[in-house]
Amino acid sequence: MQGQRRAMEPARLFLGLLCASAALAASSLHQRPPQPELLLEEEEPELGESPSGSLWPLPRSLRILPGQLQLAPARFQLVHGPGSTAGPGCALLQDAFRRYYEYIFGYSKWQNRGQRPLPTGTELLQLQVVIGSKDSECENYPNISSNEAYQLSVTEPVAVLRAEKVWGALRGLETFSQLVYEDDYGSFLINESEITDYPRFAHRGILLDTSRHFLPLKSILTNLDAMAFNKFNVLHWHIVDDHSFPYQSATFPDLSGKGSYSYDHIYTPTDVRLVIDYARLRGIRVIPEFDSPGHTQSWGKGQKDLLTPCFNGEHRSGSYGPVNPILNTTYHFMTDLFKEISGVFPDAYIHLGGDEVDFTCWKSNPDVTEFMKQQGFGIDYAKLESYYIQKILDIVSSANKGYIVWQEVFDKGVKIKPDTIVEVWIGTLYTAELSRVTGAGFTTILAAPWYLDYISYGQDWKKYYSVEPLNFPGCEKQKKLVIGGEACLWGEFVDATNLTPRLWPRASAVGERLWSSKNVTNIRDAYNRLVKHRCRMLR
Amino acid sequence: MAELALALLLVGLGPAGAVWPQPQLVRESPGRCRLSPGRFRFGYARSSAVGPGCAVLDQAFRRYWRLLRDAGPRTPEDTRPWEPLCAELLVSVATPHCDGFPDMDSVESYKLSTSEDLSLLSSESVWGALRGLETFSQLVWRDEDGTFYLNKTDIVDFPRFAHRGLLLDTSRHYLPLRAILETLDVMAYNKFNVFHWHIVDDPSFPYESAAFPELSRKGAYNPATHVYTLNDVKLVIEYARLRGIRVISEFDTPGHTLSWGPGAPGLLTPCYAGLIPSGAYGPVNPILNTTYQFMTEFFREVSTVFPDFYLHLGGDEVDFTCWRSNPEIQAFMQQMGFGQDYAKLESFYIQRLLDIISSYGKGYVVWQEVFDNGVKVKPDTIIHVWRENAGPYQQEVAQVTKAGYRALLSAPWYLNRISYGQDWQTAYQVEPLEFEGSLEQKELVIGGEACMWGEYVDVTNLTPRLWPRAGAIAERLWSNKTVTDLQDAYIRLADFRCMLLRRGIQAQPLFTGYCDAEYSGL
Repeated sequence: MQGQRRAMEPARLFLGLLCASAALAASSLHQRPPQPELLLEEEEPELGESPSGSLWPLPRSLRILPGQLQLAPARFQLVHGPGSTAGPGCALLQDAFRRYYEYIFGYSKWQNRGQRPLPTGTELLQLQVVIGSKDSECENYPNISSNEAYQLSVTEPVAVLRAEKVWGALRGLETFSQLVYEDDYGSFLINESEITDYPRFAHRGILLDTSRHFLPLKSILTNLDAMAFNKFNVLHWHIVDDHSFPYQSATFPDLSGKGSYSYDHIYTPTDVRLVIDYARLRGIRVIPEFDSPGHTQSWGKGQKDLLTPCFNGEHRSGSYGPVNPILNTTYHFMTDLFKEISGVFPDAYIHLGGDEVDFTCWKSNPDVTEFMKQQGFGIDYAKLESYYIQKILDIVSSANKGYIVWQEVFDKGVKIKPDTIVEVWIGTLYTAELSRVTGAGFTTILAAPWYLDYISYGQDWKKYYSVEPLNFPGCEKQKKLVIGGEACLWGEFVDATNLTPRLWPRASAVGERLWSSKNVTNIRDAYNRLVKHRCRMLR
Repeated sequence: MAELALALLLVGLGPAGAVWPQPQLVRESPGRCRLSPGRFRFGYARSSAVGPGCAVLDQAFRRYWRLLRDAGPRTPEDTRPWEPLCAELLVSVATPHCDGFPDMDSVESYKLSTSEDLSLLSSESVWGALRGLETFSQLVWRDEDGTFYLNKTDIVDFPRFAHRGLLLDTSRHYLPLRAILETLDVMAYNKFNVFHWHIVDDPSFPYESAAFPELSRKGAYNPATHVYTLNDVKLVIEYARLRGIRVISEFDTPGHTLSWGPGAPGLLTPCYAGLIPSGAYGPVNPILNTTYQFMTEFFREVSTVFPDFYLHLGGDEVDFTCWRSNPEIQAFMQQMGFGQDYAKLESFYIQRLLDIISSYGKGYVVWQEVFDNGVKVKPDTIIHVWRENAGPYQQEVAQVTKAGYRALLSAPWYLNRISYGQDWQTAYQVEPLEFEGSLEQKELVIGGEACMWGEYVDVTNLTPRLWPRAGAIAERLWSNKTVTDLQDAYIRLADFRCMLLRRGIQAQPLFTGYCDAEYSGL
C-alpha cells in the first residue's frame, strides 16, 4: 500500500523527529497495525520430510518414483534434445544450461568426483531440453501470455524436459535442479520422476521500490535470481517516487540530475538495459512504474513548473503538490517522457500509479480553482484527477502500451480502456474490491495481503501463504479476471542491507500461492519444503 | 516540508562532530584542521604509563588508522592548503596495566581535546583510551569536496552504567565466527562492553568441551562445522578484550538443556507416560549425584576457559511437567519434604550449582526466576530482569534491588522482536532507573543488555536486525540521563548508521534517505 501508509509518511517522519508518541500514534493508523502475530504461539513445527522433497513451488502434477539415478558432474550434460526448435543458437537456453549446471554442482567442493564409471542402469547422463513450438521465442521478451508450461520426465539414461517455449524450459530447469540432491557420500542423486507443470496465475510479481532507498544494481540482480528460483515472472520496478528520482532520462536528464539522492544514486540507461536483459534471460518481465500525479515530489526538482505550486492564502507557500494538471506544458512533458519510457522498457505494460493524490495543494491554488470552474468540475477535485489521468492514459495508449494502475483510478471512476489492469492494494476489504473491479470487467492483480515491508515477529510467511486470491464473491468469469498477484516490498525501511533477508523466503510463500494448485495449502508440508528451499537459496 | 528537507539534508551530509553514543560533555570551539588520513599518526604521550608494546592500544591505533584511511575515496590533498593540517593524536594512560581483561570495575572514562597542533586523549585505563579513540574517529568529518576535518573540540566522557551488554544466541542458529567478531567490532563502535554469549540451549550445543567432547559431538547441529572449538572461543575472548569487551558465557540449566542430553547420558530427567518412560527428556535431573559430579567437572572447565569473574547460569523457564511425571523424582520430593512444590526442587538444584561455581571463585548472573523462586543466592549475585509479561519490569527491578541485589535490565530490549516502523525509538525511550526505589536501590542497577535471541536470526539477517537498533540501547546505557531528544537522536543515529556502512557493516536504514556509501558487500 501506498495508501494511508504512504500518505502518512512525510507527516510521520516529521512527527518521528519531534515526538515518538506521535510517531506511534501515526503508525497506529496503518491499516494493519504491527502486532505480534498469534502464529507465534503455535508450537514449533517438527521439521520432517515432505513427500515432495524440497520442490518449491510445488508442481501441478508430480510423480516421484523410488528409483534413484546418479549424476556425475564430469559427465552430466544439459543439452538441446532431438527435435527441439531451439538449438545452440538460442543464447537464452545456453546461458540457462550453464547457470543450472552451476546451481546443481557448483557449490560442491568436489568437482572431480564422478570420473569412475558408474554401474549401468543407475546413471543419468543428460537432461535433454526439447522446445516443441515452431517459434521457441528465444529472442523475445516474456509477456503476459507467455507459455510457461513444461513436462519433465526423469528416466535412465536421459531425462527429457519438454516445453512449447523457452519460458517453460526455464521453469522446468529450475524444477530439475530442485530434484537433484546430495547423499551423505557426496553423490548427486535424482529420483525417477514425471512432472507436468504450469502456473496457476500468469502474473507473479515482486515490487521493489528504488526511490525511498536506492538499491544498487547488484541487489536488483540478486533479487532477479531469487525470483527465478521461485518462478516469479514480473519485476514491478517502482523506480521513482517523492523521495528520489534515480531513473536517468535521456530526454530530461535534469530529472535524475537534480532529483536523485546523489550522482551515485542513479540508474543509467545501461543499468536499466542490464536489468531488463538479466530479467529476460530468467523469463522475467520488467514493468516500470512512473507514478503520477501524486508521489512526484522528486520530479519537481529537475522539471520546472511540472508540480502544482501550493498557496498560503494569496501567496505561494514555496512548497509543491501533485503534478499540475491544468498546464499544456505538463502534457507535452509527459508525452515526451512516456515516449522515452515506452522505448526503454519493452514490456507491453507500464504501471502508471495514480494512487494517493492529496487535493490540499490543488485546492489552495487559485489557477487550479479557476480551471475547475472553467471545466465545470465544481469542487470535485476527483474530477480534476480523472481529467489528468485520462490524458495520461491517452498519451500512453498512443505509445502503444497497455497500463496498470493502482485501484484508486478505478475507484474514482476514471474512464479507462477495457484492457487496463487494476492493481488492488488497500488492505482492508480487498475481497470486496476484487468483486467490484472484476464485476466491472477489469483484469486485476492482487497485492493487498502481500505487503512484505510490514514485518512482525514470528513466522508471518504462513499468513501470506494462507491467502486464497480467488476467495471473493463473484462468478467464474470474474475469477478469471484475476491474473495474479504481487509481493510488495516498499522501501521506507529497506535498502541493500536488509532487502534480501527481508524478502526471502517470505516472498516464496506468495510464489507458491501464485504458481501451484489451489489445493496446495498444507502448512506443515510447506514448512518442510520451504526450509530446504531456503537452504538451497543460501547456496 | 521544509523541516523534512532539512532533516534529510543533514542525514545525507552528516553533521560535523556528531558522536554516538553522545558523550557526557562536548565543547566545540571555533577552529578546525584538515586531516590527511594517510599522514595522520596515533602515538603515546610522554606522560603515558603505557607505551609501545601495549597490544590493546597498539592494535587500536592500527584499527582506527585503517578506519580513517578507508573512510572514503582519496582526494587531492592540497585542495585547501591554507587550512592547517591536524598533526597527531597522543594518548596518555595513567595506570600501567595492559595485559589484563576488562571487568566490572574497569574505568572507561576519558578526556579528549583536539586541536591543530596536537590532539590529546587521556584516560585512567587503556579501556578508557579505547572509548576515546572511538569518539575521536567519529569526530572526523568530510566536506563536499571530500576533505577530512577535525573541529577543535573538548570532550569529557564516562559511561552512565558499568554493564552495557549484548546477547547473541548461538544455539537456535549457529553463528559463524566471523559474524561474532564483526558484532564485537560494532559493539566497540557503540561503546558496548559486555558480550553475553548464550552459547548453548535446547536446539544445539555448539560449545566444544575438552572434558566432555560428546556434548557437541552429539548435541551440535553438525559436529564438524557447527561448533566452537577451544581456539574459536579463545579467539572471541581475545578479540573482545582488545576492544575492551568482556565475554560472559551462559550455560543455562536446569531447563533449556535438551541438546546436552545426547552427549551426557543420565544428565536429563527421563519423562514418564504413566508407569513407563515416554522416551522424552526434561530438565537436568536434580536428584542424582552424578549430575553434580558432571556439573562440577563441566563448570571447572568453563571457569577456566572464560576469564571473566562472572558466569551467566541461566535458571529461567524450568518446566516442571517432566519432573512431576517421574516416580523417582516424586520419591525424592517426599524424602526431602518438598511436598508438591517443585520450585523447591529447582532451588535445591540451583543452590548446589551456585555452590559449585562459588568454589571456583566465580560470581554469577542469573535470570530473574532464580530470585523470584526464592533461591538463596550470594549477595554479589546479579539478577537479570527479562520478563516482559509478568507485570511491569520496573516492579521486578524494584523488588530485586530492594532485596539488595544488583540488577541487569533486558526486559524492554528484546531486539529479536521486530515490528514495522521506527522501533528503535521505543528502545531508546526506556529509562532504566524509572522505578519506585531509594537512591541506594538505583545504584544497584548496573546496566542492561540488548538481546538478540536466535529463533529467527542467523548470519543472513543478524547484522541488519541488530544495527543500528541496538545503538539506541547503547546510548541509553552510556550517555547522560538527560540525553533523550528523539529528533537529535534520529539525526545522529542516521548519521552513525552511514558511518557503519562506510566501515562495511550491513546496518539497516532508520527511515527513507541515503548514505554516500551504500552497502555493497552483498
